[in-house]
Amino acid sequence: MTVQTIPLSWYLAISALLFILGALGVLIRRNPLIIFMSVELMLNAANLVFVAFARSFGVLTGQIFVFFVMTVSAAEVAVGLALIIIIFRNKHSIDVDLMNSLKG
Amino acid sequence: MENSGLFSLVPLIVFLPVCGLLVNIIFGGRMNEKAIGAVASAASGLAFVVAGLLGFALWAGRGEAVVVPFADWIHIGDLNVAWNFRVDSLSVLMMLVVSGVGTLIHIYAIGYMHEDVRFKNDTGRYRRFFVFLNLFIAMMMILVSGDSYLMLFVGWEGVGLCSFLLIGFWYDMDTLGRPSFANSNAARKAFITNRIGDLGFLLAGFTMFWAFKDLSFAGVFGGAEQLASISPGVILFITLFLLVGVAGKSAQLPLYVWLPDAMAGPTPVSALIHAATMVTAGVYLVARSAPLYTLVPQAQSVVALVGGITALFAATIAVGQYDIKKVLAYSTISQLGFMVAAVGMGAYVAGMFHLVTHAFFKALLFLSAGSVILGLERGHHQLAHHGGHASPTPHQDPHTPGDQHAEDVFDPGDMRNMGGLRRQMPVTFWLYLIGTLALAGIFPLAGFWSKDEILLDAAKNFPLVYILLTAAAFFTAFYMGRQVWMVWFGKPRHPAAEHAQESPKVITVPLMVLAGLSLLGGALNLPYVHTLGKWLEHTIAAAEHEVEVAPWLAVSWGGLNPFVALLSLALALVAIFIAWLLYGRKPLAEGQKDPLKKLLGPVFTVFERKYWVDEAYWAVFVDRYVDIARFLANVVDGRFWHDFIHDRVIAGTYNWLSRVVLDLHVDQQFIDAIANGLGRLTTRISASLRRLQNGFVRSYALAVLAGVVVILGYLILK
Repeated sequence: MTVQTIPLSWYLAISALLFILGALGVLIRRNPLIIFMSVELMLNAANLVFVAFARSFGVLTGQIFVFFVMTVSAAEVAVGLALIIIIFRNKHSIDVDLMNSLKG
Repeated sequence: MENSGLFSLVPLIVFLPVCGLLVNIIFGGRMNEKAIGAVASAASGLAFVVAGLLGFALWAGRGEAVVVPFADWIHIGDLNVAWNFRVDSLSVLMMLVVSGVGTLIHIYAIGYMHEDVRFKNDTGRYRRFFVFLNLFIAMMMILVSGDSYLMLFVGWEGVGLCSFLLIGFWYDMDTLGRPSFANSNAARKAFITNRIGDLGFLLAGFTMFWAFKDLSFAGVFGGAEQLASISPGVILFITLFLLVGVAGKSAQLPLYVWLPDAMAGPTPVSALIHAATMVTAGVYLVARSAPLYTLVPQAQSVVALVGGITALFAATIAVGQYDIKKVLAYSTISQLGFMVAAVGMGAYVAGMFHLVTHAFFKALLFLSAGSVILGLERGHHQLAHHGGHASPTPHQDPHTPGDQHAEDVFDPGDMRNMGGLRRQMPVTFWLYLIGTLALAGIFPLAGFWSKDEILLDAAKNFPLVYILLTAAAFFTAFYMGRQVWMVWFGKPRHPAAEHAQESPKVITVPLMVLAGLSLLGGALNLPYVHTLGKWLEHTIAAAEHEVEVAPWLAVSWGGLNPFVALLSLALALVAIFIAWLLYGRKPLAEGQKDPLKKLLGPVFTVFERKYWVDEAYWAVFVDRYVDIARFLANVVDGRFWHDFIHDRVIAGTYNWLSRVVLDLHVDQQFIDAIANGLGRLTTRISASLRRLQNGFVRSYALAVLAGVVVILGYLILK
């Protein structure tokens, strides 16, 4: 079954691009909601690589990993949103640069 | 088999006395004197029963020696020493003598020690005495039952320790109960003299291990013959150094000096340890080592000569002593000389025979002497309480005096204070008489048979020793006759002797048993029958090489030579007659000088002063030793080590150094600088590091990213 498909390297390139976008978003943006979205972007970049490799090598391990990653990221978002709400109640703002109480 | 069951009992002969002493140590505080003594006596008596059972088993097994393994002890390299018990006719004979005589003396001590402690009511000491006695029995059993020279040595040292503890039993007073170090000094003297002998034993043991790689009797004797053919010098070395040990333990020349002083111990101790059992350990050692001694005739000659000379030497000293126990002490040395001479000549049966009979009659004599001393003590006590002659000091332990006839203090052991005692103490008198006749070798008492056997063997093998021993036998009869007439006949020379009282049954009954044994002990090895000889044959191969002897010596009435026997008997009778002439016909009056002094003049003084051997040892060894010790203490330790090294070199250098350090302000400028500098450095580093903690979450995230990039880069480029 030789179906002409998109080569693996393309997926990897897309994934790298998504990851860089995510990383830059985490580093640059000050709104924690955006930062969370960026983190999700990075996680999904990794998911894409998993799926691509799993498909390419014909094994299921990578696909299973993706399920785990999704579960973990869902949990992470739940905890993170709760934190953000608590921070907003204390500081009336959610700018991450204002969270500097532990400054040395 | 039934017999092997009996043989496995053998550890009990050691552990029964140990149990006895443990009971007395743990529960003795709540027991009365009678119970303490009964426990100790029972422990010793049960050991005797076990020894008897072993003897029966041995007899049933036709005398075959049995080795009973008990415990592994040492495994180092080639050295394997197990604690095995050896049951053969020789060891069983010794066990029977030790536990049998030991039990009688335990019983006697119940009465004797009671009278001793009565003056102080010190029951703690009463208990301690019986603990020591039981310990001694246990140690002696280890000595005679061990299957190797090392186990023998363990027992050897153990009995030495007990001897030390018991000589110094009244360590805080002298023999008359006055506060003094005299008794503890006597104990130290015995201990140190024995150490010299033990060094010889140790050297012999080391050589054995070097030569045979084994210390068990079987191993040593098995390899001895081969070694003797290659290098007889090694065997000679071993045997002569064993002789040094024998001379220490069995009080032979030149190491005998401790035994007379050992009379400082309580009288039961003198009887048990310093007459009947411990001092015969040397004789046992030579008899046990017979296979070694048989290989080197030179060593045998030396042993025989040492024994012969000691026998005569000590017998002459005994002639000039005034203390009842000192006479017996020198007599013991002399009789040990007989035994050592016998085993030295290869007459092992005769030596062991004399060992047994001597244990009977010498224990009898010592214990009777103790009874006499107690009798005088009672007389003195009565006098002091019912007016009249009241001399000072209550006596704790009425024993050996010095040589001076102390005027102010009554000495119940001095024969010059006695006289005419046979009327006050008739039982003790008859018992003493039996012991005396047995010791003097009068037919048909025990001493006659055993001494005669030694003399006959000496006459055949070693004429010089025969002459020495015959002369010693003559002196033996003489000093015993002198003692009997001085103590029992004539008129009392002291009020205490006039009021002396007979001892109670607990004291006299054991004496009666011993007297019976002294009367009949000769039956052990009668001519024609030779029970003991056949008994010991299984253990000690009789090396009876027939020597050419004069025809009169070749006459044999079943092993008894009439000429030798009659000569020794006649000499003994003559000696007793002379003693009667001097001391019996005209009894010594109060304060009178010894009649022998008139007769012999300075020679008697030599006897009385014991050839000045103690003084000579003092001048040659002890004073020099003290000089060296003083030099070491004052000059080496005091002036060199303390004054110079410690004070000048070490303390001086330290002082100088600390002053230099102080002057250079090392503390402030150097040590403080290090401490402060470290603190300042830490502050500075942390000040620069805290800038990293800037509070910007995004910069932390950047740091994490950078870290991930670095680590991944490293992993990829690696």
